[in-house]
Amino acid sequence: MSDSVANRPSPNGGKAAYRAKGGSLSGKVKGLGLRLEKRPEPSAAMAYLTPLLAVALTMIFGGALFAILGKDPIDAILTIFWEPLFGEFAFFYRPQLLIKGAPLVLIALGLSLGFRAGIWNIGAEGQYIIGAICGAGAALALYPLESPFIFPLMIACGALGGFAWAMIPALLRVRFGTNEILVSLMLVYVAEQLLASMALGLLRNPDGFGFPGSRNLQQYPSAHNADIIANTGMHWGVVTALIAVIFAYTLLERHRMGFAIKVTGSAPRAAKFGGVSAGRVVVFCLGLSGALAGLAGMFEVAGPSGQITIDFNVGYGFTAIIVAFLGRLNPLGILAAGLLLALTYIGGDIAQSQLQLPSSAIQVFQGMLLFFLLALDVLTNYRMRFGAGEVR
Amino acid sequence: MDLSAINPVLLIAAMIGAATPILLAAIGELVVERAGVLNLGVEGMMIMGAICGFIIAVNTGSPTVGFLAAALGGALLSLLFAFLTQVALANQVASGLGLTLFGLGLSALMGQSYQEVRAPRPGGEPFAALEGIPVLGPILFSHHFMVYVGVAVVAGVWAVLKYTRVGLILRAVGENHDAAHALGYKVKRVRTLAILFGGACAGLGGAYISLIRVPQWTEGMTAGVGWIALALVVFASWKPWRALAGAYLFGGLTQLQFNLQGAGVAIPVEYLAMSPYLATIIALVLLSSDKSRAPGSLGRTFHASG
Amino acid sequence: MTEKLLELSGVTKAYPGVVANDAVDLTILPGQIHALLGENGAGKSTLVKMIYGLVAPDAGRMLISGAPHAPADPRAARAAGVGMVFQHFSLFDALTVAENIALGMEDPPGMGQLSARIAEVSEMYGLPLSPGRLVGDLSAGERQRVEIIRCLLQAPKLLIMDEPTSVLTPQEVGILFETLRKLRSEGTAILYISHKLEEIRALCDAATILRGGKVVAECVPAETSAREMAELMVGRGLKTPTKGAPDVGDVLLELRGLSLPPASAFGMPLRDVSVTVQAGEILGIGGVAGNGQDELLAALSGEARSPVESVWFEGQDVSRLAPEARRVAGLLCAPEERLGHAAAPDMSLTENAMLTGAARQGLARRGWLDWGAARGFAERVISSFDVRTPGAGTAARALSGGNLQKFVIGREVLQEPRVLVVNQPTWGVDAAAAAAIRQALMDLAAGGAAVVVISQDLDEVMEIADRFAALNEGRLSEAVPTASLDVEQIGLMLGGAHGMEVAHV
Repeated sequence: MSDSVANRPSPNGGKAAYRAKGGSLSGKVKGLGLRLEKRPEPSAAMAYLTPLLAVALTMIFGGALFAILGKDPIDAILTIFWEPLFGEFAFFYRPQLLIKGAPLVLIALGLSLGFRAGIWNIGAEGQYIIGAICGAGAALALYPLESPFIFPLMIACGALGGFAWAMIPALLRVRFGTNEILVSLMLVYVAEQLLASMALGLLRNPDGFGFPGSRNLQQYPSAHNADIIANTGMHWGVVTALIAVIFAYTLLERHRMGFAIKVTGSAPRAAKFGGVSAGRVVVFCLGLSGALAGLAGMFEVAGPSGQITIDFNVGYGFTAIIVAFLGRLNPLGILAAGLLLALTYIGGDIAQSQLQLPSSAIQVFQGMLLFFLLALDVLTNYRMRFGAGEVR
Repeated sequence: MDLSAINPVLLIAAMIGAATPILLAAIGELVVERAGVLNLGVEGMMIMGAICGFIIAVNTGSPTVGFLAAALGGALLSLLFAFLTQVALANQVASGLGLTLFGLGLSALMGQSYQEVRAPRPGGEPFAALEGIPVLGPILFSHHFMVYVGVAVVAGVWAVLKYTRVGLILRAVGENHDAAHALGYKVKRVRTLAILFGGACAGLGGAYISLIRVPQWTEGMTAGVGWIALALVVFASWKPWRALAGAYLFGGLTQLQFNLQGAGVAIPVEYLAMSPYLATIIALVLLSSDKSRAPGSLGRTFHASG
Repeated sequence: MTEKLLELSGVTKAYPGVVANDAVDLTILPGQIHALLGENGAGKSTLVKMIYGLVAPDAGRMLISGAPHAPADPRAARAAGVGMVFQHFSLFDALTVAENIALGMEDPPGMGQLSARIAEVSEMYGLPLSPGRLVGDLSAGERQRVEIIRCLLQAPKLLIMDEPTSVLTPQEVGILFETLRKLRSEGTAILYISHKLEEIRALCDAATILRGGKVVAECVPAETSAREMAELMVGRGLKTPTKGAPDVGDVLLELRGLSLPPASAFGMPLRDVSVTVQAGEILGIGGVAGNGQDELLAALSGEARSPVESVWFEGQDVSRLAPEARRVAGLLCAPEERLGHAAAPDMSLTENAMLTGAARQGLARRGWLDWGAARGFAERVISSFDVRTPGAGTAARALSGGNLQKFVIGREVLQEPRVLVVNQPTWGVDAAAAAAIRQALMDLAAGGAAVVVISQDLDEVMEIADRFAALNEGRLSEAVPTASLDVEQIGLMLGGAHGMEVAHV
């Protein structure tokens, strides 16, 4: 599917598409006197404007949704976006912003590299789980040994676990041309089952009176990913996320691999002509995003969550897809988008307890955000013209 | 363990039932892809169908009306996808993912107060009279109406694609949208209709899960069936009858896995539960070498040029 | 006085920033072969798209047989008796000949009956075709037959043909002309779009010349010289490239029995291709599209790896080398397709300069990119090759075809290749840019590099190449000096008439 899109030999297809586009200066879609004209170059202004517009529209339509659910829309929006930052208990919620934002940013950064190259890893949730299992597993294997090397070892194991899990779709795609979208997604379900098995079996807390779930790593000092400065939410995962932002930015702007990723996504045949190895880009993008997702999982299990449980994963791997797009696949944008989405999680929790707003409403809210963004994106590459409609 | 607890006739009969949601979703997506559109929102449309069908069936007491509502719900959600990809020219992969995330959320929201409710009794087994025939009876005639609808849809899609002008135009649009446009066919209209059909089929598949198979509403109850359906289209090489065979194979595997769990096989439940997903991956690997049958314009955005 | 079949008056169509057609008048009589002549971008395609209902005019009037003609879509145009043979993108590779034809008809009969009619028409006009074959497996000439038969089955009053001969061998052109003359004798009018002047002089009864969207002249081709028409088309005198006798040196590039399976389902394999190219010479490789040109370029650029010991560069076996390594060695290429292959459309010229210039121009060091240097290189290309663009930061797709092509060729030429391989260097490029590109290639060879020009434009090959080889069904003929060749011989080298036969008039 995506393979067939990108690689399917189509002697006419590619050429035809280009001639069709290159053949004239404009094109149109029919309907209601509205036409779309392709811009000669993408609009930079729109690229910055559309995420903001999307957020604004989501607030309006989200508000309408909350009104339908019988909540005061303004109250609900304020609860979600204002309370966590400036409300009475902001001191409690602000650290949460970092705790929830860090995994989103880490995962979204990795995904964005692949998305730019047309490589669709949508199994970050699975890589996140495996990273957590491997990281926690390393620590639990050494329990109750105390050593400064345990935490670094956990980091390595978490990253490696996520990397290895992502290598499955990567290698299958490179070797057999198997669709990475479907394989990576299927592996989420496999990882979830593996997580259940670990929580119930291998990693179950022997002193846990038979309850499912591992030992709590928060009570294992060598393995605990504690706040670096108490009560700020600033744990090692946050630091790693910030480093990853800088790394991804430098990679894309300054390094050949970043350039290879961009060309591959923009024009795969031109990339091949330029000497980019498609397989290497696939392995790099999937591998790195797997490792970052694995790291996110490991920091989570060693810190905020503390233990391997059946419901350890809460969908960061999927929400990160929204973060990546909202951040326009740009590292700095992703940082901002990650914090915004973290805000909706926290605000959603508050709204749930204060206004009895169902948690799924927030999920809908996030989905809306992605839709508005995708719909508005057309403005970046096309100009809208109103007026007398054409035949087509 | 006690393998003798597994009755092969009942197993096959159950497998046909288990295959139906996958089949319905896959045949819908097959039509969408033959029109050149890749809609990764199958999972989202299925779960929307599941909840719409469930709510309406519970409130009207009629599973049939429920199924109609499910088709409508799936199609409505797919209309959103059609708008994004055909009007706003958004990336199809991203839009499809968005559809799935949105559908999962929206269905959960809609299903809030239906968690503990039981679906009305399905009824509607059109050939119940023939069920008494040994072996063939349970296998062929014990099923709900929708199972036969699923097979009929496959046959219909096959015949339309192969023998009718509508089918020819649909294939042409999927094969080379620029050429189809040059000949005066309405690429976006054809694709939008295909997307709606796909949404309706996925909705029916979802409702089969919530109304007949389970029959109850739980959040995220489609559990990846929509994704398996997507994979099925690839390894059916975009051919309807192969999709049917594939769906039965997977339905069989899912069912066998349940039965083995029930029979207390010495494999942990989690590993059995993984098997359909692993099997999907293996099947994808085995069949991904042959991409030659993929529609030529699949996944490419069409924008008419002057 | 004969009744007019098609009459256009004051037809105007503007796109943002450009008036594609400006008050165009055109009259076609029944049974007339009427040439529509003009450079790329003169407005020929826009005009015929309006007649065929793909585009609606902003102003003006169209009449067919005296009745207003304002087709809302191609179906309406077909119903009004207009048929069109497209040059590109109107066939479906994965569908059969009969299915393709059925798609072009308003009310096709059943498949069995349709197949019979296809056989009948193809017999009558000398265009043999089997209805059950997949179009993707057909040669370029056969694909054109599908288009023609698709139109003829509708019995059109007016047949529009867009550059029909660019995919044919000279022999096939002759046969096509017989078919067209037979149609004319039956009263069908033909609107014939081309920029090949000799063809028009041989075939057409009348010609309308477009320049910059306006009708600049009408003439009777048989009574007008090719040079006069060319100058009307271009609007000024043309500088023809100057060519000295080649001063050849060592063999720089050698292919030894190169065979490659096709990269795609409907691609063409390379079959036992052997040839040598020496320093200082230009080797022209002619051939009808789809005979292995893209595959040959891929084998040379390194996009496709070849079996060992089949591609040799300066005495080294480079068959297994990647594109980057070949560039470092001095073997450079420029593919046919500017947008999407030679250049990334949405990326800036600076980024596109980085794409192939990174290693040889020192734009990257140990993986780190030097954007300042890339910009400098892009700007050098822009100024040396007179690329008209606001700057190096402009996206490739914003450039006109000719300017982008100058950039793509210039990017490789300025890297001082030892061997440069170009595919269709002047396809869809205006005459001035084409002349500049040809001159650059000749200068490169004169400077001691070896140049391989793959082109379907035989005039171009004959003009600049020292030796000529023909690519046919993936096989390369022996290379012979161009001076000793005439068009007839070249036609035979290109594979003759591919089994076509003259129409049974």
